[in-house]
Amino acid sequence: MEILRSGLLQRALLEAVILGAACGGLGVWLLHVRATYAAESLAHAMLPGLVIAALLGAPLLLGAAGGVLVAATLIALAARDTRVGAEVAVGVTVTTAFGLGALLALAPDVPARLGELLFGDLLGTSPADLVAAAALAVLVAVALAAGHRSLAAAVFDPVAAPSLGVRPARIELGLLALLAVAVVAAVQALGNLLVLALIVAPAAAGIRLGASLRAQIALAAAAGALAGLLGLVASAALDTAAGASVALAAVALYALAALVRPAPAQPARARRAPLEAVGG
Amino acid sequence: MSAAGAPLEVVGLSASYGGGALALRDVTFSAAEGEAVAVLGPNGGGKTTLFRALLGELPVTTGTVHVRGTLAYVPQTERSRLDFPVSALDVALMGAYGRTPWYRRIARADRALGRRALDRVGLAERAGTRFGALSGGQRQRVLIARALVQDARVLLLDEPFAGVDRTSEEAIMAILDELRGEGRVLLVATHDVEQARRWDRVLCLAGAQIAFGPPAETLTTAVLEATYGEEIVVLDSGHRAVAVQHHWHPH
Repeated sequence: MEILRSGLLQRALLEAVILGAACGGLGVWLLHVRATYAAESLAHAMLPGLVIAALLGAPLLLGAAGGVLVAATLIALAARDTRVGAEVAVGVTVTTAFGLGALLALAPDVPARLGELLFGDLLGTSPADLVAAAALAVLVAVALAAGHRSLAAAVFDPVAAPSLGVRPARIELGLLALLAVAVVAAVQALGNLLVLALIVAPAAAGIRLGASLRAQIALAAAAGALAGLLGLVASAALDTAAGASVALAAVALYALAALVRPAPAQPARARRAPLEAVGG
Repeated sequence: MSAAGAPLEVVGLSASYGGGALALRDVTFSAAEGEAVAVLGPNGGGKTTLFRALLGELPVTTGTVHVRGTLAYVPQTERSRLDFPVSALDVALMGAYGRTPWYRRIARADRALGRRALDRVGLAERAGTRFGALSGGQRQRVLIARALVQDARVLLLDEPFAGVDRTSEEAIMAILDELRGEGRVLLVATHDVEQARRWDRVLCLAGAQIAFGPPAETLTTAVLEATYGEEIVVLDSGHRAVAVQHHWHPH
């Protein structure tokens, strides 16, 4: 197959598979913590950093990291204003950052790279990008293994977690930091808009199919890697955009999982009687 | 009775959320070995605030708290994530997290302890069942098993009978009686006056401590009126009372 003979495509394939596996595993926790909005916000908020890096000819990885740091600081500052509230603060900060990024990228004197920033350049994967993706995969695997018990307690029972020696706020912050690293590493390949597909869709498929937490993480990582493989093969065969093909393959795998195992009915919540008689 | 050396002693405790207005004021009580104390009050009366202060999650503004031994919190089961893929044994073993370094597996002895704790609450055969698939009463028993794995000397139980059927309630009562027999202290939050009468002592809260003592002496009409305000209806010349909880429902 052509995809296995070309060095360029081999690198793209490896990058897609590694990123898919790392993002899939991480995504399971993000979905259990219900942090999909945070993931999307982080990805979008880094756009100005990416554009500035492109303008200066600096590595996009550096721009993405700077963008995430500035956005996280602005969100933290805005969220401290109790009159505004955390959700509004995130929304306003992210919209502002994304608008600023688009404004910079569409200015007449700027090289036309907005498409690459938004949708990635999987086929442009360099050996250095591959090393970054592999490092990310190792970091995610080690961090999730080390924090598995704390994450489980914090997600399952945040009210009682402190009495079990777990600090849910710290755990959630750690998970978001890991997400930031993953987004920074994956944005070069999949772009600012599509990176979320690789974090959310394989994880949703894993959660749908896996009976235990470990099974869900393993299935999500496998689904992410498979999405990378299928997407890139489809891209080569159909001559479609590589990043978008990987994103669509991930979503297709989720759709398949949802067909195989439809969502169970939500358990009814116990209702408390309004009148409680007591005797004496 | 002297409180010296009691597993739980609270003197003049006041606590607030985020340094704001006091959510709970002037609470003083103690619990001796094997004693069960009902923490009675309306919604918002300070039961949860007291528990959070005892757990060290809320800063104590004034007063002192002495806990001798490990303290475990047993929440209402509906506060847990029922869609989270953990088994009854996984949940019981969470009680060993505090003493297990992140780089080690749960010790074999703790795994055995988890199985024994589930056996003790009558759920040995459901160890592998997903927590969310258990009944409300079974889930409550799993959370008590988790406290046993923690080897807690003081258990804070938040409405342990809420949403459970009569059979489960009796099973939970039998387990709690056993725990008292071992010298463990139970603090049982409830807004149900009849529930409160079952325990050794009652602590009535309504933003501040209203009363503390044996149920027969403490649960007088005057105390109940002070605790519940307009939510209490007194029947049969003060011998019988009904607590009416007002809930607001959006439509």
